[in-house]
Amino acid sequence: MPEEFKPGCARPTGGPVGEKPVVAAADEKSSVKEEPKAMIQVGKKAPDFSAPAYYQGKFVNVKLSEYLGKWTLLCFYPGDFTFV
Amino acid sequence: MSIDSVFVHKMWNDNELSKMVKGGVPFPMLSDAGGKVGAAYGIYDADAGVETRGRFIIDPDGIIQGFEVLTPPVGRNVAESLRQVQAFQLVRASKGAEATPSGWKPGKATLKPGPDLVGRVWEVWKTSMAFDD
Repeated sequence: MPEEFKPGCARPTGGPVGEKPVVAAADEKSSVKEEPKAMIQVGKKAPDFSAPAYYQGKFVNVKLSEYLGKWTLLCFYPGDFTFV
Repeated sequence: MSIDSVFVHKMWNDNELSKMVKGGVPFPMLSDAGGKVGAAYGIYDADAGVETRGRFIIDPDGIIQGFEVLTPPVGRNVAESLRQVQAFQLVRASKGAEATPSGWKPGKATLKPGPDLVGRVWEVWKTSMAFDD
């Protein structure tokens, strides 16, 4: 489960949860740069990520794929100390 | 998860949320400074620099079964999120043999989709069942 850490930055791992990150083909010369787009669709894999977190008095790193095997609710909100 | 740092999360939990919830927030408070994860989920508002009120139900295989996104001023209905998880758990346990009609909650009747049910849902499901009794 989550391990204690030195706080860093949240980052998507670049792949769907439970699968290997898609490695960009660096040698492929493509002049067309694709806009990164949201790949959210029900019935499809969630984008995996690793993010720093505060959890029960400690700073830990949480990776979404650590929660495979469980039902997970991922909730976003505008900001701490806001009212709703 | 929000764009706040883990240090602000700590202050919010320790100084305010722990006064609402005994023992404090029981799940990890994730930090997404820069909104990269929020952007991957399509809920980051780049103009405001914050994440909108997105909620994703992710099943044990990592598949998104449902999501809801609200603008900041309206809060979520936690009970409805839990109801949806319970419904998805029932469907999963039945391996898709059962489905939960509108208004379903634990204890209410499910549907068993198949040739025999085509055109006959009206016999087993009434519109009053869409609402809480």
